[in-house]
Amino acid sequence: MSAKRRAIWVFGDYRNYFQNRVTLQLLSRARDLAKKIDGEVCAVVFGHWTEEWVDDALSQNPTFCGVVGEYIAHGADKVYLTDHPRLAAYSMETYALLMERLAKREKPEMILIGATTFGREFAPRVAKRLGTGLTADCIGLDMNDAGLLVQTAPFFGGNLVAQIVTPERRPQMATVRPGTFQEIPHDSCRTGKVVKVPLPKDLPADRVRLIRVEHRPPRGRKIEDAHVVLCGGRGLGSKKKFAKLYELAELLNGEVGATRPVVYAHWADHDALVGQAGKHIKPQILFSFGISGAIQHTAACNGAKFVIAVNKNPNAAMMKKADVAIVADASQFCTALIQELKRSIR
Amino acid sequence: GMMNPACRAALEAALRIREAQGGEITAITMGPPMAEEVLREAIALGADRGVLLSDRAMAGADTSVTSFTLARAIEKICPRFDLVLCGCATSDSETAQVGPQLAEELQVPGVGYVEEITVSGRAVRMERLADHFLETLEMDLPGLITVTTGVHAPRHVPLGGLQAAFDAADIVLFDAASLGLDPAQLGVKGSATTILGVNSPAAGKKNIVLTGTPKRIVEQLFESFDDKIGGAIGKDLKRDKKSS
Ligand SMILES: Cc1cc2nc3c(=O)[nH]c(=O)nc-3n(C[C@H](O)[C@H](O)[C@H](O)COP(=O)(O)OP(=O)(O)OC[C@H]3O[C@@H](n4cnc5c(N)ncnc54)[C@H](O)[C@@H]3O)c2cc1C
Ligand SMILES: Nc1ncnc2c1ncn2[C@@H]1O[C@H](COP(=O)(O)O)[C@@H](O)[C@H]1O
Repeated sequence: MSAKRRAIWVFGDYRNYFQNRVTLQLLSRARDLAKKIDGEVCAVVFGHWTEEWVDDALSQNPTFCGVVGEYIAHGADKVYLTDHPRLAAYSMETYALLMERLAKREKPEMILIGATTFGREFAPRVAKRLGTGLTADCIGLDMNDAGLLVQTAPFFGGNLVAQIVTPERRPQMATVRPGTFQEIPHDSCRTGKVVKVPLPKDLPADRVRLIRVEHRPPRGRKIEDAHVVLCGGRGLGSKKKFAKLYELAELLNGEVGATRPVVYAHWADHDALVGQAGKHIKPQILFSFGISGAIQHTAACNGAKFVIAVNKNPNAAMMKKADVAIVADASQFCTALIQELKRSIR
Repeated sequence: GMMNPACRAALEAALRIREAQGGEITAITMGPPMAEEVLREAIALGADRGVLLSDRAMAGADTSVTSFTLARAIEKICPRFDLVLCGCATSDSETAQVGPQLAEELQVPGVGYVEEITVSGRAVRMERLADHFLETLEMDLPGLITVTTGVHAPRHVPLGGLQAAFDAADIVLFDAASLGLDPAQLGVKGSATTILGVNSPAAGKKNIVLTGTPKRIVEQLFESFDDKIGGAIGKDLKRDKKSS
C-alpha cells in the first residue's frame, strides 16, 4: 500500500456564498502550505443541493459544478461531499459529528476553518471531539522546519502576536478571519476528485431545533468595499468629536470605522468595528484618527493602500504603520480637514 | 468592576431568567486567587454564590483544558444544573471557544451567539443572528448558551452592594485535589497547543511625518498628496483649489 498523502482540509463554508469568500481564501493558503509538505488540499462540504449554490453558467468545466466545482477551481485537489436533505440547513451538532467521523477516518494533518459565526462555534467543537488544539483568529499560517503549522495570532491585549503550534496532537487546527488571505483566481481548467461520503445511518436527531430562519442580507454600503475609510479611536475624545468623521465621510465619499473602545463607549455602532472582532477593510486611503494601532485593529487594515494617521503621540504603533504620520490633535485636524475640503471640493 | 463585558452579559441573562422563572445562580470562574473579586462582583450583582477554581496546576490552560476543568467542577458542584450561560461576543472574547467546548464536555446541547432567551418549562427558545441569518432555535434543558454583549445593558452594582458581597462568605474554593483531577491533565501540561514565541508585529515602514498647526498640516497634505486623495474620492482636488 502506498503511503497516504498528507492532507490539509478546509471546511467548505458556503452559506452566504457571494459575501463569504473565506473558504476560497483558505484554499489558497492551504495550497501554499501543501507545497511545503508535499500534501494535498481537500475541501469538506456538508449540505444539500450543493450543486446549485453557485451559478455555474460561466464555468467551462461540465464535470464539476456547484460548490464542489467552485472549490476545485479555487485550489482544492479533492472534495469530500456529504449531500443529503437532512443537511439542507446548517446544523451545529450534525456537522460537528460528520466532521469528527470523517477526520477520525482520514486523519488530516490540518483543518482550517473560516471564522464566520458558524465556524467560530463549529471549530472548537470539532477540536474538542478530536482531542486536539485550536488557535482562534490567526493572522498568519506558515510551516516551520520541523514541519509544524505555525499559527500566528494576536496575544494579550494586542500589541503582541504569538506563534502557536500543536506539537503532538493531530490534526492541527486554526480559525481564520475572512479577509486575512487572498483567494487565487477561479480556474475552471483545474480538476480534482470528489469523494462522496454517505450520511451515517445512525445519525442522532439534532438536540437544537431550528424553528425559523430568515435571511438578513447586510444593508447599505459596506465598509469592506469602501475606497476611503475614516477610522476613529479613543483619541478623538468624545462622541461629539467622533461624529465629525461622518461629515468628513460625506465629503470624501467614504465610510466610517471605529476601534473597540469607541464601539463600547457607543460613539459608533458595532457595525463600524474594524478589527479582528469586526470588519476587514482594504481602502485606497485609510485615515486613522486617534488610534494607537493594536494588532487586533491593524490586522484588519493590512489591505489599505495608503495610510494617513493622526495621533498626538508620534511613537504610536499606528503612526509607524502609516505612510503619512500627522502629529496633531485628532479632532482639531479633523475640523481643519473638513474646512479645507469644503473649500477645495465645493 | 473587573468582570469582562462578555461575562457580565451572561450574568445579566441569568438574572433576567431568574427574575422571570426563579432559580439559583452560581457564578463560577477558573483563575488566579484574585479572580475571587470577579465572583464578589457577581454576588453583588445578584448571583447566589460563587465558585473559584484556583490551582497553580491550572495556570496556562488552553480553551480545551479550561472547558474540561470547568465541566468537571460543574458536574461536582451542581450536577443537576438546568442551564450554563457563558459570554461569547465576537467583540470582546479572547477566543469564544470555551463555551462551545464546555457544551461538548458536559454533553448537553448548546447554542452560541444568542441575543434573546425565553425559558418556558424545560425548553428554551433563542434568537440569534449568525452570518446574516436570523435564527430562532429551541432546545431542551439542560443546555448551554453563550450570549452576545449589547442586547441588554448590564445592571450596575447597587450602592453598598460590593461591600456587602465582600462581607458575605458565599465563595467556595476548589483546587485540583478537591476536584479529584490529575494535575497532568490541567493547565499548561494538559494543553495541546504550545506558544513558540511572542513578539511585536512587523515594525514600521518609512513614512512622512507632518507637524505644525492643523491648518498648516492640511495644506501640506494637499500639496503632496492631492492626487492620491483626489483619486480615491474620484474628485480633482488640485484644479478645484486653483480656481478658488
Ligand atoms: C480578543 C480581543 C479582540 C479585539 N478586537 C478588536 C477589534 O476588532 N478592533 C479593535 O479596534 N480593537 C480590538 N481589540 C482592542 C485592541 O486591543 C485595542 O485595545 C483597541 O484597538 C484600542 O483602540 P484605540 O486605538 O481607539 O484606543 P487606545 O489604545 O486608547 O489609543 C488611543 C490613541 O489616541 C491617541 N490620542 C489621545 N489623545 C489624542 C488626541 N487628542 N489627538 C490625537 N490622538 C490622541 C493616543 O496617543 C493613543 O495612541 C481587541 C482586543 C482583544 C483582547
Ligand atoms: N477561566 C474561565 N473561567 C470561567 N469561565 C470562563 C473561563 N474562560 C472562559 N470562560 C467562559 O467562556 C466565555 C468565552 O471565553 P473565551 O473562550 O476565552 O473567549 C467567557 O465569557 C466565560 O463565560
